[in-house]
Amino acid sequence: MSIKHGLLALLQDNPKYGYQLRGEFEAATGATWPLNIGQVYTTLTRLERDGLVRAASSEGDGRSMYEITDAGRDELAKWFQTPVARESRPRDELAIKLALALAVPGVDVSAVVQRQRMSTMQSLQELTRQKRNSAEGEISWQLVIESMIFGAEAEIRWLDHCEAMLLRHRGKPRPAPQRYDVPDEQETHS
Amino acid sequence: MILDIRQLTRTHGQGEQAVHALRGVDLAVAPGELVAVMGPSGSGKSTLLTCAGGLDQPTAGEVLVDGNDLTTLSRNAVAALRRRRIGYVFQDFNLIPALTAAENVALPLELDGTRSRAARKYAVTALQEVGIEELADRFPDDMSGGQRQRVAIARAIVGERRLLLADEPTGALDSDTGEAVLRLLRDRCDQHGIGGVLVTHDARHAAWADRVVYLRDGVLVGQAGPLPDADALLQESR
Repeated sequence: MSIKHGLLALLQDNPKYGYQLRGEFEAATGATWPLNIGQVYTTLTRLERDGLVRAASSEGDGRSMYEITDAGRDELAKWFQTPVARESRPRDELAIKLALALAVPGVDVSAVVQRQRMSTMQSLQELTRQKRNSAEGEISWQLVIESMIFGAEAEIRWLDHCEAMLLRHRGKPRPAPQRYDVPDEQETHS
Repeated sequence: MILDIRQLTRTHGQGEQAVHALRGVDLAVAPGELVAVMGPSGSGKSTLLTCAGGLDQPTAGEVLVDGNDLTTLSRNAVAALRRRRIGYVFQDFNLIPALTAAENVALPLELDGTRSRAARKYAVTALQEVGIEELADRFPDDMSGGQRQRVAIARAIVGERRLLLADEPTGALDSDTGEAVLRLLRDRCDQHGIGGVLVTHDARHAAWADRVVYLRDGVLVGQAGPLPDADALLQESR
């Protein structure tokens, strides 16, 4: 997702100042995605350039209030209608780390799994604590927390799965690692 | 410590057939603390719980409940401690279908010699504390799974119990109801200084605990929680 769509969404009901947008964005997402005010204004400038918002009025100090345009509303509707593609998310460092741990000799993979499991568990505990402390009406924020809770839970289940797979394959001969021999070394072999 | 398990070992069978369910497990639970035990099936989770509750006799080690070592007490003394100080919650609730909610909750007190009128009073208080006093005279068959589990929790906390042992208490419940049960266990520990041990395979539920310990092949291999010692523990056990 982009900050762009977040700001458009917040502008939908009425025009707002940049600092207001920042506050509302953080309130809605529980400050899981902190924005600095510079980012907000840069994004607003771009949105204005693309005709998705326009400056409505200014305060005495020259700060502008922004309102959404019809094109902005169309863009926002399109965003809500389009599912988020999984591929657009960043690559999963953990999956890559485990794959490499398996491929490289001398790494205790189950120790890597166990350490990660306890670390993810700790995050899950922290998220649960935050959920527990959230007030009844903070639905937006609870939804964001739940998303992170489900994410952490999925990671732990995946780690369990990896561990079970490792156990099943333990004792089976590992495929010989591919060698990338330099040419003259190959000559001495033949 | 409300529960202090030291070097707990439990071996089933002998010689070559011996199965080592637990191998030198240490676990201490303070009043007000909820500890979750996780691990793959067969890792010794349930054995740990049954030993903690005096339902199983360890092969070696000590199990102190409120300062009393269950391994040195007579059978009768363990039974008495169990009736007065320890509460259990199971996955399948274990309620007696012919008794009402209040009667189910009052049963352990009555077995321990409390007069039935007094036992009923305690039972209603416990049902109140788990938020279902209006179901006091209902039979288990006329309740939902979540309500039955609340009755089971009321039975586990009735009177002056200090240690709450829960074996997959949410296993038969849907996710929302399960979470409500966890919230309830959590509040009991926080507000009444009860020590709790929760065995679960569900990470989301374990995360309600102050500490999560991880068992594998009868050995504690990891811990997550406010004590930032997960790595140290991992090193020690290897």
